[in-house]
Amino acid sequence: MLKMTHLSKAYRTEVVETYALRDFSIHVRQGEFVAVTGPSGSGKTTFLTIAGLLEEFTGGEYQLDGENVRGLNDNQRSRLRNEKIGFIFQAFNLIGDLNVQDNVDVPLRYRGFNAAERRRRIQEALGRVGLSARSRHYPAELSGGQQQRVAIARALAGSPRLLLADEPTGNLDTQMARGVLDLLEELHRDGATIVMVTHDPELAVRAQREVHIVDGQVVDLAAQPRAVAGANVANA
Amino acid sequence: MFTYYFNLAVRSLRRNVVLTALMIAAIGVGIGASMTTLTVFRAMSGDPIPQKSRQLFAVQIGNWDPQTKRGLFGSPDNLQPQLTYIDATALMKAHAASRQTAMYTTGFALTPPNPDVRPYQVQARATYTDFFPMFQVPFRYGGPWSAAEDENRAEVVVISTELNDKVFAGANPVGKTLNLDGRDYRVVGVTEHWSPTPKFYDLNNDTFGKPEEIYVPFTRAIESQMLTWGNYNCSGDVGEPGWKGRLSSECVWFQFWAELPTADAVARYRTFLNNYASDARQAGRFRWLPETRLRNVREWMEYNHVVTTSARILVLVSFSFLFVCLLNAMGLMLAKTMGRAADIGVRRALGANRHAIFSQCLMESGVIGLAGGVLGLLLTALGLAGLRALLSEDVGRLTHFSVADVSIAAALSVGAAIVAGLYPTWRATQVQPAWQLKAQ
Repeated sequence: MLKMTHLSKAYRTEVVETYALRDFSIHVRQGEFVAVTGPSGSGKTTFLTIAGLLEEFTGGEYQLDGENVRGLNDNQRSRLRNEKIGFIFQAFNLIGDLNVQDNVDVPLRYRGFNAAERRRRIQEALGRVGLSARSRHYPAELSGGQQQRVAIARALAGSPRLLLADEPTGNLDTQMARGVLDLLEELHRDGATIVMVTHDPELAVRAQREVHIVDGQVVDLAAQPRAVAGANVANA
Repeated sequence: MFTYYFNLAVRSLRRNVVLTALMIAAIGVGIGASMTTLTVFRAMSGDPIPQKSRQLFAVQIGNWDPQTKRGLFGSPDNLQPQLTYIDATALMKAHAASRQTAMYTTGFALTPPNPDVRPYQVQARATYTDFFPMFQVPFRYGGPWSAAEDENRAEVVVISTELNDKVFAGANPVGKTLNLDGRDYRVVGVTEHWSPTPKFYDLNNDTFGKPEEIYVPFTRAIESQMLTWGNYNCSGDVGEPGWKGRLSSECVWFQFWAELPTADAVARYRTFLNNYASDARQAGRFRWLPETRLRNVREWMEYNHVVTTSARILVLVSFSFLFVCLLNAMGLMLAKTMGRAADIGVRRALGANRHAIFSQCLMESGVIGLAGGVLGLLLTALGLAGLRALLSEDVGRLTHFSVADVSIAAALSVGAAIVAGLYPTWRATQVQPAWQLKAQ
C-alpha cells in the first residue's frame, strides 16, 4: 500500500542543508494499522506530509498503492490524494463556514461525484461515526470529540485506500480520545489501512505495529508486531 | 461546480462582514465615480445617427478671406461652419446630392387655439422636406411637406409631439391650423419623440439642446423674413441694410447637409463643390479660391470639439480614481485570502488542485465585483442626479443612464474586481497544504 525506499527530504537554504528524513524506508501493507512515533522534530510529520502527497521529497522512491509518485504534477498528486488518501488532523481542520454534511462533502466535490452519490456517501460516513443526527450542525456547535468524528467521516467518505492520522487525539480529553481511538480500531478491523503519527506511547500500543523515527531515520523498524483481531499483520 | 463555488463565495463573504463591506465599497465608489463621468462622456461622444453617420455630410465653403484667419476657434483650417444665403440656396438649386437641405434655427410667437392661454414663443427650424428622411425623423401623425410646398413657400408646418400634446392635447392635428406670428399654418405632420444627442445637424447653436418644436419650409421662412435665432457671423462687411442686404451679404447663418450614400457620390459632390467655388471666383465674388470641405457626422463632431478636452481629462481622472480604489480592494482581498490560508490548505489536502482553488477565489472576486457593481450603479444614479440638479437642462440631457451604460458598469465592475482579485487568487493557489500539518 505504502512503500518508501531510501527516501530523503532536505530543506536547503543558501548556507545550510537540513535533512528531515534521511535514507528512510518503510513498507505498510494493505490492512495494517501502523503507529509512527518519535520525539518532537524527529521527522514524523514530514513523513506524513510526504506520505499524503502534500510535500515532495528530495531523493529515494515512494510507491502509493503500486504507483510511483515521483515526478507527478500538481493535478496528478491532487487526484491521487483525493482518491486514495483520507486525512485526519490533530486540530480536526473542519471548515467553519460549512455544516457537518458540507464538510464531509468537500473531498467528494473534488472527486466529481453526482449529487445522489455524494448524498449517499455522506449519510453512510456520518452514520458510521454516529453523527447522522448532527448533519446540519456547524463545527462550532460540536464538542472536540464530535468534530474529530466529523473529520474521520470526511476522511472515510471517499472510500480511500489509506487513512493518515496526525495525532488524532492530541486535542481531545481522555474520554473523547478513547472514543476516537475505538473508532479507528473499528475501521481497522473492517479492513482499513491506517498510519497514525503520535508521540504518545500509550496510543502507539493500540496500533498493530510501531515504527519509531529519530533524526529522520527509522530506528526500530523491526518492532514487535501486536496481534489485532481481524487484521492482517505484517512486518515491513 | 459553478453553483458550489458561488455558494462558497457567499458564505466566505458573510464570514467577515466588515471586510466584505469595505471591499464592496472600494469597488462601488470607484465604479460610481468612473461611470458618472463615462456616462456623460458617452452621451457627448456617441454616434447620434449610427445608421447614416457616414452618409451625411456637412458642407463648408471658404467665403471669407483666408488672410483674416477667422475660422472656427481651434479648428485646423480657416473655414466657417455655416454658409451664406447665396451659397445655401445655390447648392439647393443645383441639387447635386441625392438629398440635401439648407436650414437655420428661428422661431414664432404661437397663439394657442385656447383663448385662455397667452401666446408664447416657440423655437422653429426652417428647412427643406429632405430634412426628415435625411435625419430619419420619425412621425406620429402625417409626414413631411412636399417638395412642391418647398417650391411654393407653403404655409405648412411639422410640429413635435411635445408641442402637439400642449396645443392639441395629443390628438391628430393633421389638417388643422396653428397661428404663428399672426398667420395660419396648416399642420402636415407630428414627429415622434426625437432627440439626437448631440444635436449634430446644428452644432453652432445649442449643441446639447432639444430639437425645435416646429419645422417650417425654408422658403416660407425666408419669404416671411424670419430672423435667425442662432449664430449670425459676418467678416467685417455686414452687407446692405435690410432683409435683402442680409440675404446678399457674405454673413454666414445657414447649416447645409448633403446625403451622399456612396464613395463615388462623395467624390462627385466634392468635385461639384470645387467647381462651384471656382466659378464664384471667376465671377469676381472672391479674390481667392475658396476652400471647400465635406465632413461626415463623426468628423463634424470632432471638428466642432463636441467632446471637450476637460471632459476627456475628467474621464481620465475618474478612471485613475477607480484604479486607486481597485488597489485598495486588492489589498483587502489579499488580507482576506491570507486569513483563509488554513481553509485553503485543508481543501488542498482533501484533493483540490490549484485550478479548483483558483476558480473558487476568482468566483469570490466576481461576487464582490457584482455587489460592487450594484453599489456603483446606485452611486452613478446618485451622481447623475446630482449633475442634473447642478447643471443646465441641456447638459442634464447627457446624464441619462441607458441599458448599455448599466451593462458597461456591470462588466467593468466584475472585470475590475477579477483583475484586483488575480494576485490574491494566485497567492491562494500557492498555499502549501503541508503547512496545515506542520502548523500543528
